[in-house]
Amino acid sequence: MNVPADKLTRRIAEAAAKGRPALVPFLPAGYPHKDTFWQALVGLDTKGAAVIEIGMPFSDPVADGPVVERASLKALAEGVNLEWILTELQKREFRAGLVLMGYLNPVMQYGLERFAEDAAQAGVGGVILADLPYEEAGEVRAALDARGIALIPLVGLNTSAGRMALYAKEARGFAYFVSVLGTTGARDQLPGQVRSQLELAREVFDVPLALGFGLRHPDQLRKLAGLVDAAVFGSALIEHLDQGGTVGEFMDQWK
Amino acid sequence: MRKGYFGEFGGQFVPELLMPPLLELEEALSEIVETPAFQDELTGYLQDYVGRPSPITFCRNLSARLGLDLWLKREDLNHTGAHKVNNTIGQALLTKRMGKSTLLAETGAGMHGVATATAAALLGLKCVVYMGAVDVERQNVNVRRMELLGAEVVAVQSGTRTLKDAINEALRRWIADQADTHYCFGTAAGPHPFPLLVRNFQAVISREARQQFLEKNAALPDVVVACVGGGSNAIGMFHHFVPDESVRIVGVEAAGTGEPGCYHSAPLNLGTNGVLHGMKSKLLQTPEGQILPSHSVSAGLDYPGVGPEHAMLHGQGRAHYGTCNDAQALEAFQTLSRTEGIIPALESSHALGWVMENARELRGKSVLVCLSGRGDKDMGIVEEYL
Repeated sequence: MNVPADKLTRRIAEAAAKGRPALVPFLPAGYPHKDTFWQALVGLDTKGAAVIEIGMPFSDPVADGPVVERASLKALAEGVNLEWILTELQKREFRAGLVLMGYLNPVMQYGLERFAEDAAQAGVGGVILADLPYEEAGEVRAALDARGIALIPLVGLNTSAGRMALYAKEARGFAYFVSVLGTTGARDQLPGQVRSQLELAREVFDVPLALGFGLRHPDQLRKLAGLVDAAVFGSALIEHLDQGGTVGEFMDQWK
Repeated sequence: MRKGYFGEFGGQFVPELLMPPLLELEEALSEIVETPAFQDELTGYLQDYVGRPSPITFCRNLSARLGLDLWLKREDLNHTGAHKVNNTIGQALLTKRMGKSTLLAETGAGMHGVATATAAALLGLKCVVYMGAVDVERQNVNVRRMELLGAEVVAVQSGTRTLKDAINEALRRWIADQADTHYCFGTAAGPHPFPLLVRNFQAVISREARQQFLEKNAALPDVVVACVGGGSNAIGMFHHFVPDESVRIVGVEAAGTGEPGCYHSAPLNLGTNGVLHGMKSKLLQTPEGQILPSHSVSAGLDYPGVGPEHAMLHGQGRAHYGTCNDAQALEAFQTLSRTEGIIPALESSHALGWVMENARELRGKSVLVCLSGRGDKDMGIVEEYL
């Protein structure tokens, strides 16, 4: 059977086979503009993204820094909503695996079962909800699991081995490791404990590990070679586009 | 009942990175707050520093005019001028015992910010307060008070630049600084265990008020009334009356201008179920789940959500939630000032406004209102409106 979540694992493994972390760009839906967003997504897809994360905008994004927040509010002002994202996705096909990332409330209002069904129809392989920790995730995970969609766990520098094990038991697709004790946004340097926590995560999780939330330079990854299967970059990509850069240029520098 | 839930409301809807400090706080609630040693220390501060117990006052003149017995629980007489200090002294003591050095807070009207800065100064803690840029403007006296007390006030420029955005920023800061910082949440809302922790500290209001009313009247009040923004003075005022079935419990939400289609702050009356700031509760939101801006003449009620225990009491029908609009609150503000010589906070004026508006129906009843704060801070706003 074709399980959508497995496509994420497969695409990440393909990149790893080439000896480098898989590239996972994040772009808020409808950014830079509602009419140019899909073109940007195609650009990311053809330039070698293993997985593309699409941000589902929310008015109160507590896990995000100013760059993603501003982009999300701008998308909301342009009328971006879940219905638009899922309807448009259903019209398109991508080589890369697709992940929707956002917050619980818009999904809850859309209707959990309806969301899971429409996401499956749209070829979505995984969902990340930044405000849904293990304790509250049961219902959402069940709805997604029933369609073969992964609920991707977020873990970080302060996640104990015990809590990682809770997430690991249910994880499919990949696990997302948050590189900083903070919100999304590119940093010049990653904290020193990243390495030891990544080693712990490596032991606990069977699924591939993606590192995100602070990446600015490819150099940051070189130091963590072997510990990371995929690299997520959002704010750095948005900043690049804001400064007039193209999706292609951005992807090339990370290869 | 599920851990951290009030019926179907509550929970812990936060990023995983905030779970460790929330779990630490849960443990502190049972292992520190609930011990006699902690309670004794807290009681000492409430008595000798805050000035508790606050009295209940019978309003002779206004009672005669309204045709009912109006009593006020005088939280306005607390040090710093509002009920907020009951909670901040408790959380600051807890912060010390948890071995942390800094208090982080959000504030709307500035009263919680002032109360947090006060507790921090008293107990030798650092204090950082996030406040929406709009509120910094309209509650400038409180900003100066906080700074005088040694707190750093950060004006929040994101989103609607009010209380909800200040909470977002404070949560973000807490993710980064959790090792040495306690988030001193200001109302009985947010992720578990805050609704429980804040209620426990504010329940002193009804513990005192119930006993005081019994002593003076040899009976319980017919009606207990409090304004509801996030809902901390109200849950504190209601808590010990909830088991008293004869007592009618009324929360009052802010109806804003009261015109059709206007923004308001009445999620229990006009909101729908959703998730914001770590809790499942009643929210003002679009059908697509985007949070709507709220409005009230009183900054302290200007919030698009409400504490989960109020959502439960509302659903059960144990408490009734009415509304009071800006004009009615301003009318009550002036009336209490002129008839009783007590200038109420605009927040508390909503509770009074509801009583005045419903005086005919309440005729002959004894009504106990939580006067959650004093109104000096609101002079600028009131002068603008009148």
